[in-house]
Amino acid sequence: MAFELELISPFEVAKDVALAVQEYTLLSLQSLANFFRRPLYMGDMVQQADLIGVGSLPIVILTGLSVGALLALNSASTLQRFGGVTLIGQLVSLGMVTELGPLITGLMVAGRNASGMASELGSMIVTEQIDAMRALGTDPTKKLVTPRVGATAFMLFFLTIIADLLGLIGGYGVAHLLFGLDTQQYWTSVWQILVFRDVFTGLIKPVLFGFIIATVGCYYGISTRGGTQGVGRSTTQAVVASSVLILIVDFFVTKLIFAIFGYR
Amino acid sequence: MPAPTLPSENAAASAVSPSGYAIEFDNVSIAFDEKVVLDSISFQLPHGETKALFGVAGSGKSTLLKLAIGLMRPDSGRIFVLGEEVTRMSEQELFELRRRVGIVFQESALFDSMPVYENVAFRLMEEGIPGEEIERRVREVLRFVELERTYDMFPSELSGGMRRRVAIARAIITEPEVLLYDSPTGGLDPVTSNTIVELIVKQRDVYKTSALMVTHRLQDAFTMATHQFDKATNQMIPLPKGQHCEVPMSFLILRDGKVIFDGDAHKLVTSRDDYIREYIS
Repeated sequence: MAFELELISPFEVAKDVALAVQEYTLLSLQSLANFFRRPLYMGDMVQQADLIGVGSLPIVILTGLSVGALLALNSASTLQRFGGVTLIGQLVSLGMVTELGPLITGLMVAGRNASGMASELGSMIVTEQIDAMRALGTDPTKKLVTPRVGATAFMLFFLTIIADLLGLIGGYGVAHLLFGLDTQQYWTSVWQILVFRDVFTGLIKPVLFGFIIATVGCYYGISTRGGTQGVGRSTTQAVVASSVLILIVDFFVTKLIFAIFGYR
Repeated sequence: MPAPTLPSENAAASAVSPSGYAIEFDNVSIAFDEKVVLDSISFQLPHGETKALFGVAGSGKSTLLKLAIGLMRPDSGRIFVLGEEVTRMSEQELFELRRRVGIVFQESALFDSMPVYENVAFRLMEEGIPGEEIERRVREVLRFVELERTYDMFPSELSGGMRRRVAIARAIITEPEVLLYDSPTGGLDPVTSNTIVELIVKQRDVYKTSALMVTHRLQDAFTMATHQFDKATNQMIPLPKGQHCEVPMSFLILRDGKVIFDGDAHKLVTSRDDYIREYIS
């Protein structure tokens, strides 16, 4: 069996990428503009919030606890050398609230929900359900995309708070049980190290990540081509693209907040 | 088989559009990946008429329906639906126009996460009509397509023919002025096909709805051209010979992206074109 290698022009690739970026940007802007246009589909938004928020709770609880505990465990071994085990609380607190809480929650929800959105909307595309919706006089962006964007951004905010809290509890478990750190000492250091900037950073990120997860998931779903195989492809691409985008945005948001509020 | 009646038989009357036709295609062309699918297509669908579209697979029949409702944009040419120039309208403006047009997709395209009731009621719910009114109209239209018992069922629990009839119910619930059918009888058994043909004839003769119907089944279109719906007996009856041209029914055949025939049943059967003669034989 002979394989033929088809060469693709770099200009064609660049053109496709530029087109994809343009379409994604338009979809994102439209999904935001729809919040100011009637109808708002609150029922769909609540349903999505339940699916995304409540549905993701077990995985967020599990990862939050694990990451907090691991952070404490890994940092404690280093801190012990300098006699600074009492600083575990500060390290876990800062790490979880500003960075790991939002990031891990975002990546977990991206894996679970960006793929779900892409496969659901992709299936609707290949079975002409999106066309049917348009033909029935309903804007699919308004009915399908905007509720998912709103629900994901809203729920990720609270999921991150839960992950942060559980991360701190996980860190406390390790610090107290394995390294004998006093309960009050741990929680006092957790509380005292945090300033407004840290909390602000930790709470602005999940809103942005939620927006990214939903818009990327919906974009790949809506642009699905090529039947069931295409749905599978879109699902994978949605998870990869949303995860990468979350990491990139995380870096720039952190940098921007440092620029605005200054380094600690 | 007699079809049940819809109590509100008032809708039909299609308003006369400025162009004088329910649908008008004017030199419409579209190509996919440099393959020309429709090449300078022009035809008109008068109000109250049903036009059956024929052509081999891939000849652009379904594309033509999607162009008519603005789901696709042509590369060139103009399309008018109910007097509005679809080709110049924005997507938002099209949403308004589409409320006056019903479409039945080839594979029904029912929303698989919604039960039959919500599928059929979709447009009414979008319009914010009260729940009681919606339920009454959904039951009424499901009775019309003889599927009232499927009210709470999901599309996956229905047979192909039932799904097609639910799709028709969804398309006609708002009493549209124009209906677009994409292979409504494709892949169905003769009995179910006949039920669907009867529903389409009823829409044409009782509600005077203008319609474009894509089909591969010549016999269905000929049944429609040789029968009319009798309101008194509430069923489709054959027309006496010689009166076949009195029903508002026409045929359009596409070949290689062009219209090679546009006319009534008599003109079709008497055509001397070799391709058409072979097609209808």
